[in-house]
Amino acid sequence: MTSCPAETTLGSAAPEASRSPVIEVREVSKAYTRGQQTVPVLLGVSFRIEPGEFLALMGPSGSGKSTLLNLIAGIDRVDSGSIMVGGVDITTLDESGLARWRSRSVGFIFQFYNLIPVLTALENVELPLLLSPLSGRQRREHAKAALALVGLADRMDHRPNELSGGQQQRTAIARAIVTDPDILVADEPTGDLDRASAKEILDLMCGLNKSLGKTIVMVTHDPKAAERAHLVRSLEKGVLTDADPRLHS
Amino acid sequence: MLTLVFILKNLSRHKLRNTLTIVGIAMSVLSFGLLRTTVDAWYAGVEASSSTRLITRNSISLIFSLPISYGDRIRGVEGVTRVCQGNWFGGEYIDEKNFFPNFAVEPRTYFELYPEFVLPVDQKEAFLRDRKGCVIGRKLADRFGWKIGDPVTLKGTIYPGDWGFTIRAIYSGRDKSADETQLLFHWDYLNETLRKASPRQADQTGFFIVGIRDAENAAGISRTLDARFANSLAETLTETEKAFQMSFVTMSEAIVSAIQIVSSLVLVIIMAVAANTMAMSARERMGEFAALKALGFGGWYLAMLILGESLAIAAIGCALGCALTFPVAAAFGDAVSQYFPVFQVSGATVLLQVFSALAVGFVAGVVPALRARSVGIAEALRRLG
Repeated sequence: MTSCPAETTLGSAAPEASRSPVIEVREVSKAYTRGQQTVPVLLGVSFRIEPGEFLALMGPSGSGKSTLLNLIAGIDRVDSGSIMVGGVDITTLDESGLARWRSRSVGFIFQFYNLIPVLTALENVELPLLLSPLSGRQRREHAKAALALVGLADRMDHRPNELSGGQQQRTAIARAIVTDPDILVADEPTGDLDRASAKEILDLMCGLNKSLGKTIVMVTHDPKAAERAHLVRSLEKGVLTDADPRLHS
Repeated sequence: MLTLVFILKNLSRHKLRNTLTIVGIAMSVLSFGLLRTTVDAWYAGVEASSSTRLITRNSISLIFSLPISYGDRIRGVEGVTRVCQGNWFGGEYIDEKNFFPNFAVEPRTYFELYPEFVLPVDQKEAFLRDRKGCVIGRKLADRFGWKIGDPVTLKGTIYPGDWGFTIRAIYSGRDKSADETQLLFHWDYLNETLRKASPRQADQTGFFIVGIRDAENAAGISRTLDARFANSLAETLTETEKAFQMSFVTMSEAIVSAIQIVSSLVLVIIMAVAANTMAMSARERMGEFAALKALGFGGWYLAMLILGESLAIAAIGCALGCALTFPVAAAFGDAVSQYFPVFQVSGATVLLQVFSALAVGFVAGVVPALRARSVGIAEALRRLG
């Protein structure tokens, strides 16, 4: 597998150094408490992601990559440091402010899809739009368009258990993009899929990155999945172990 | 709309569990309704009583009688319009299993005092003409298949012997609360028979029913009547018909209280069952709630989903329970008509059923809803993985 098409790779379509980053992580630290023990997970991590970039975060289990993704997506809180996303310092937002920001700015793609089993594919995709001012008819039109974009126009009325793993993940991707968020965060999006379905999902993510210019941050264990990203950063024991290649270009 | 669809579709997740919970709620709503109706039936006599009727009886006890001569002295009290003497006859039809209330009354004034007992004019005339005639209620007629002209023999328990009557009239209740299970016959027939068989018991009555012009004067007239017979051999106790009926209910207050406690316990038990269902349902979906929160839904939305689901289960159970209450109460009422002549499900009972079921739904959903509201996104998603 190769990375996303050349026109969207770091060297070409990816933003130039003068453009402001869409995500900027500054000296972020995070620790969890287990019983009476404090376990540091991230230790002063700093990096940035430019608009339209597709970043893969890699590292062994427990290295802090999912925690970092959660912090960027605003579903967890930093202990120290700051995270700017689209010009907003999300570490200063309260819970409701953060929820509002997530509904507008972030699309989630989970490893286990996290679709609502009792709702159809269309209703699952329509769900995040309940938080928008759209009418019911507009919501359904948007949801249908998103499902068509991921190639599931003919599966709208199916429930998740009537879809294959790859189709469920595509439904989840449609749900992630239906609100037209600034960034997509994906936690092991191919981790529960067979090789062929995984390739389809990665192709789809590349397509979204290319055609819609979506900034994608993906956590993965799979080197083949990471190959599709423009940029791969590695974490180990809460520290980024590689230098940002853009700083040397 | 989608949220409503979401809530309703959530009911299909664990069909067996939710169905059992709904059936449980329906049964408890039904039980609650039946128990409440039983309590209402206990008070039916109180509810049916008139504020312009007083009952004068022996102040020692109802089993002691009063001289019939008191009737004229009562009539002379200002504000009294009619006086009717009556005796609890206590006769049995074949055996004690066929119990129904039967009274000897002065018939003309009795039906003037009780306009809620409606009987055709020709039947009433026929009854008044026949000293050994009797009037029965519609339900009593239906119970034994009696019709006009049928002979009825009662075995006396207070007044020994076999007492033969001919059914001359069948009355119907003007209101649902009217007792249609009584047998009424001429007080004169009782008294004349007693004069021959047991002269000591003759010219005595168990109670007087006193009609008054103005309900507001009930207390004053009662005091006047009782004062009039003070220091006599048979002092009187006069009270409103409501208070008189209430005194019978008070005798069985412990049973009524027990029924009320049981009806509340039924609700508490089903509340625990429903709460368990909702707790299990919410616990299984914590990952889903975390995902919804990640999408931007607030904690209160999740709480609303859980509460909505809990209320939907309760509402379905309630609808089922209320719908069953009417036919079951009718069947139960028929089976116990000799004890509860009036067994009607009241509007207030249905309202209480609805309120109780919704309260069960709300309380059962509160704790799981609060848990869902406060679920930590990252932690719940990590557990899911």
